[in-house]
Amino acid sequence: MTRPGGAPDRVPAGAPDGVPAGLPGGVPDGVSPTWGVRGLTVWFGAHAALRDVTLEVPAGQVTGVVGGDGAGKTTLLRILAGAAAPDAGEVRRPPAEQTGYLAASSGTYPDLSVDENLAFAAAGYGMPGKLAAARASQLLERTGLAAARQRLAGKLSGGMRQKLGVVRAMLHRPRLLVLDEPTTGVDPVSRADLWWLIARAAAEGAAVVLTTTYIDEAERAASVLVLEDGDALAQGKPEEIIASVPGTIKISPERLRGDAARRAWRRAGTWRVWVPPGYDGGADGTAGGEGAADCVTPDLQDAVIVAALARELWAGEPS
Amino acid sequence: MWAMIVKEFRQLRRDRRTLAMMIFLPVLLLIIFGYAARFDVKTIAATVVGPQARTVAAALRPPFDATKIAPAENRADAVAALRDGRTPVAFVTGAGQTTALLDGSQLFTATAAKTALAEMSRGQAEPAGAGQAAGAAQTAQPFSMRVEVLYNPLLKTSDIMVPGLAGLILLFVGMVITSLGVVRERQAGTLEQLAVMPLRPRDVFLGKIAPYFLVAAVDLAIVVTLGVWLFAVPFRGSVLVFALGALLFLFVTLGMGVLISSVSQTQGQAIQLAIMVMLPQIMLSGLIFPLSSMAAGVRWIGYLLPLTYFTQITRGVMLRGAPIASLWQPFAYLALIGIVVTALATLRFRKFLAPSPRRRVRPTQPAETAMAGAEQ
Repeated sequence: MTRPGGAPDRVPAGAPDGVPAGLPGGVPDGVSPTWGVRGLTVWFGAHAALRDVTLEVPAGQVTGVVGGDGAGKTTLLRILAGAAAPDAGEVRRPPAEQTGYLAASSGTYPDLSVDENLAFAAAGYGMPGKLAAARASQLLERTGLAAARQRLAGKLSGGMRQKLGVVRAMLHRPRLLVLDEPTTGVDPVSRADLWWLIARAAAEGAAVVLTTTYIDEAERAASVLVLEDGDALAQGKPEEIIASVPGTIKISPERLRGDAARRAWRRAGTWRVWVPPGYDGGADGTAGGEGAADCVTPDLQDAVIVAALARELWAGEPS
Repeated sequence: MWAMIVKEFRQLRRDRRTLAMMIFLPVLLLIIFGYAARFDVKTIAATVVGPQARTVAAALRPPFDATKIAPAENRADAVAALRDGRTPVAFVTGAGQTTALLDGSQLFTATAAKTALAEMSRGQAEPAGAGQAAGAAQTAQPFSMRVEVLYNPLLKTSDIMVPGLAGLILLFVGMVITSLGVVRERQAGTLEQLAVMPLRPRDVFLGKIAPYFLVAAVDLAIVVTLGVWLFAVPFRGSVLVFALGALLFLFVTLGMGVLISSVSQTQGQAIQLAIMVMLPQIMLSGLIFPLSSMAAGVRWIGYLLPLTYFTQITRGVMLRGAPIASLWQPFAYLALIGIVVTALATLRFRKFLAPSPRRRVRPTQPAETAMAGAEQ
């Protein structure tokens, strides 16, 4: 009972079993297609959920999508996975047999056991029983779910259920693995397990795209797309996004007032304030250093915040 | 407490289906009980056969209405008409006594006919001049009458309820349980997962309803067997015809279940809707109240409901031993309803599982050409 269009992709024998040393992972063969979307636009009534968004998801590496609530992350991933259709734009994805998807919920059946959930997924993707069982055992063992194989998914903890969801999504070795917030609400140990799974999928050659609200996780991705209210604010390798921060970021021990307060955010007990390029400081004196002290080297979190502030500041101005 | 009341009202205002049900259901019940819940049968269509058919037909008084007068036909023809459900009462005339044949599978009609015939006999037996009515009756009843109840001679309620309940059980399992099964997928977030799996919508649809189909079939077999065994309900017709009818009816009810689930966001909503669809079927299908005694407008609602036709099939096959040829009408209507319901259910289901390019009105500029789904 599968759609016509080809059998599920199989990674050649000898695919790595261990955790890859780092990201991006290697591509096992010479063919490394790039999936993604181009000029994607989605309207929810009069509200644009996504506006002319382009994203490339290369094989063998992890692509992260970050953004606040309602930024359009889930919509983007649903379209990429084939769960929804766009209003305009181009979507490049492999056939359904070669796509794995973890929805915002774990997508597992609460009244089926771990084994039964995986058996259903394997059958749905046309995997031979023995191959599926061996692959499931390997993944469950590594993620600490092996002892819970007979437990109902509804009885698993949130982290275990997420791990099961990711195992289910990557069980058939998809060429494109789409994960919507796989680590949200998960404890640090389970997050590590989940990242092992994600890294392994990339190492096996899959193009992995995931959304996250954790910037430290996004820094582990090979490339990152920053979304805000349906618009792509920044895109590229984390270091490229950091390097592209306009102006400077200064640190202040005290809360700033006036106009600077709108460009300030709190981190690790201090305040950081963004000084746009060419900004003369005005009354708040942030450019000159009054009330603000040292410049800091931004990280990805700062870069994402600045991208959002810049959008707000320069909204309506000719680009 | 005030805060609680305000909160509940706000939630209720947004749950429009519950609100509609709270207002609509009492009105529906009022209409149903007012116009449909009638056991009294005011008109009984009758076929009159045999050499004295015209004389006897002319002598019949209400509630009898001689809809067919056939002097050339005989008792066998009259029995066949009853068996095929073409008439609930047949008068077989001859040189001697007239025989009234009643279809016991139409319990209330048969009871009303029996009562009316008894009254007619009493009127005939009273001496002339005992009263004006009696005098009129005597001139109108120039024959002796023998009453014979076929198919359910003792006019047992269980004989007509067990075949009817078979339909009700299929309706419950097929529609209510199926609708919950699909909504559960939606609530658990697994329907979206199914949408991206390499499964064709029709495979998901059929795979989804097949287990319920089997469970309902087993349920049906148990109910019918128990009915025959415990209540001595006869099974005079073909098991195959019965099974075919059940198959068709199940197809309809499962389709209705999927249709209900496709317009419900929660299991609660699905149950509400299922009740709203089930209630008229129980009341207006002829399962409890005879269709013939319902007001014309309400009766037509009954003709749109699948249980109406399945009840005709089960009672026809089990009690009267009706062959499939005489049941072609309920089979045809059931098939028609099945096609419509299944087509709608499949279309709705396909919407979830195979997203098509969206058609949204953009507020500021015309829609661009979508190139979505350029799969490799």
